Amino acid sequence: MARKSTTQRVVISTIGAWFFGFLIFFPILWMVLASFKTELEAFAIPPSFLFFHWTTENYATVQERSDYFHHAMNSIIIAGGSTLIALLIAVPAAWSMAFSPTKRTKDILLWMLSTKMMPPVGVLVPIYLIYKTFGLLDSRIGLVFILCLGNLPIVIWMLFTYFKEIPRDILEAARMDGATIGRELIYVLTPMAIPGLASTMLLNLILAWNEAFWTLNLSTSEAAPLTVFIASYSSPEGLFWAKLSAASTLAIAPILVLGWFSQKQLVRGLTFGAVK
Amino acid sequence: MAAFFPKFYFDAFSFREAAATSLESALREIPRMATRQTQFLARSLLTPAVGLLFIWMIVPLALTIYFSTLHYSLLDPGSESFVGLENFRYFLTDPAFLASLQNTLVLVGSVLALTILLGIPLALLMDQPVVGRNFVRLMVIAPFFVMPTVSALVWKNLLMHPVSGLFAWLAKLVGLMPVDWFNDVPLFSVILIVAWQWLPFATLILLTALQSLDEEQKEAAEMDGASAISTFIYITLPHLARPITVVILIETIFLLTVFAEIFVTTGGGPGLQTTNIAFLIYSQALIQFDVGSASAGGLVAVVIANIVAFFLVRIVGRNLEA
Repeated sequence: MARKSTTQRVVISTIGAWFFGFLIFFPILWMVLASFKTELEAFAIPPSFLFFHWTTENYATVQERSDYFHHAMNSIIIAGGSTLIALLIAVPAAWSMAFSPTKRTKDILLWMLSTKMMPPVGVLVPIYLIYKTFGLLDSRIGLVFILCLGNLPIVIWMLFTYFKEIPRDILEAARMDGATIGRELIYVLTPMAIPGLASTMLLNLILAWNEAFWTLNLSTSEAAPLTVFIASYSSPEGLFWAKLSAASTLAIAPILVLGWFSQKQLVRGLTFGAVK
Repeated sequence: MAAFFPKFYFDAFSFREAAATSLESALREIPRMATRQTQFLARSLLTPAVGLLFIWMIVPLALTIYFSTLHYSLLDPGSESFVGLENFRYFLTDPAFLASLQNTLVLVGSVLALTILLGIPLALLMDQPVVGRNFVRLMVIAPFFVMPTVSALVWKNLLMHPVSGLFAWLAKLVGLMPVDWFNDVPLFSVILIVAWQWLPFATLILLTALQSLDEEQKEAAEMDGASAISTFIYITLPHLARPITVVILIETIFLLTVFAEIFVTTGGGPGLQTTNIAFLIYSQALIQFDVGSASAGGLVAVVIANIVAFFLVRIVGRNLEA
């Protein structure tokens, strides 16, 4: 009797979970399907779900007409650059707060968190004017800089919570054995910190790749990453759904893959360690 | 090592005294030096991050405050003059401000309600024994990784288009009139898109919390004859109180400044129907080029966000001690 009800429960919850999961995922699937249709079929009523004339010509057109790779390159440079610089600044800071905490460490951490609370729109005007003055509008370096600063608190926080979990006894043992700080860092700390570093890097890459406030406001063409490139599809009305879908699929595919790898760390990173 | 020399670690005077006399204490100096060296190193490692964040927080904010007291239009350069609180009076009494404040509150409130009310049952469902749970997780989390401009445009065109969108086709299939989403219910359309983006976040956090819930506690309750509903109300829900609070606060911070979704779908319209505070400030700054008024608006946004941040920082801070 008990066994039967358990099987029943598994069947029901499996069907339910798959149904709702599919429902949530459907818009993405629908977009990917549309990217393989002709413009006419993408627009057609009734819509065809699988039995249409599959074509890859949209992907070729997107590159030809609008120089997709230029914008993809911008996204890679901006997201990658801002992540690397943020890590360079954050690793020493998080390391020092995790292993040589002082009375003020907690206050510093909370203060850093509070800088993330500042709505970007609150400082849009001065940033825009500063960028205009120094010729940083529509420049990759300007976007790298602002995204790096914007994500720095999250990066420091994530690294801090990971470093905190490295047992201090191991460091003390190494020190007893006569390891210098440099050796300690290279041979003891780094191997233990790599998983945390990797997931922090992934989460930051995702956030920077998808950032759409500063990129929309501070870049137009030359430095425009994919967020801005896709936004340019909002103006021309007409039969461009298949191309929009192809460009969108290309824009989200790499980050979707990275995101799926880092989903467990996502919770931790975005809640500042409040939920693990 | 410091643990062996608790006194020396903190007390500089006793160290100096001891070090002067015996060989023994001279030997002790090695770990102590390392400690002092470490502390100096630690501080210098921390400085760049603190300094940069400090500049990042202070300089633009100070400029915003300064600009907010000026009559300053980019269309009319050189005419800057001090006007005191005039910009605030203008911004706060502008009918657009009240409309956008209302839109902001409706947007934030509705998305919070949708993501939590749908997120709880979804997380409970995924916490059940589900065949292929990892794959379901992948499908559920996916929208969170889609960039805002993509999700907004895909929803607006492929799904919500009044003639050729999938929703219109579905409506006709069951004999209903298709909805002209962005004309008839523009704010609700934006809410749907944003809720779709944030539902994965709420679900994932609630699921993580559910999985840390003690199974034995639930089993004990079941043994005592508690129904599924009372187990949920008296055990599961209290356990979820904290993650729900965290979801509310973090989503609020991001939802207060929803921008890209409005920028690519409605441009704030029709009229002011989808203009939130972030979009209003943007249009005053970069469309009307009114720096003074936009700065005043920016400060209002900062104040609103700070009220939320105050509570979040307290909750996270409590967690740091635990």
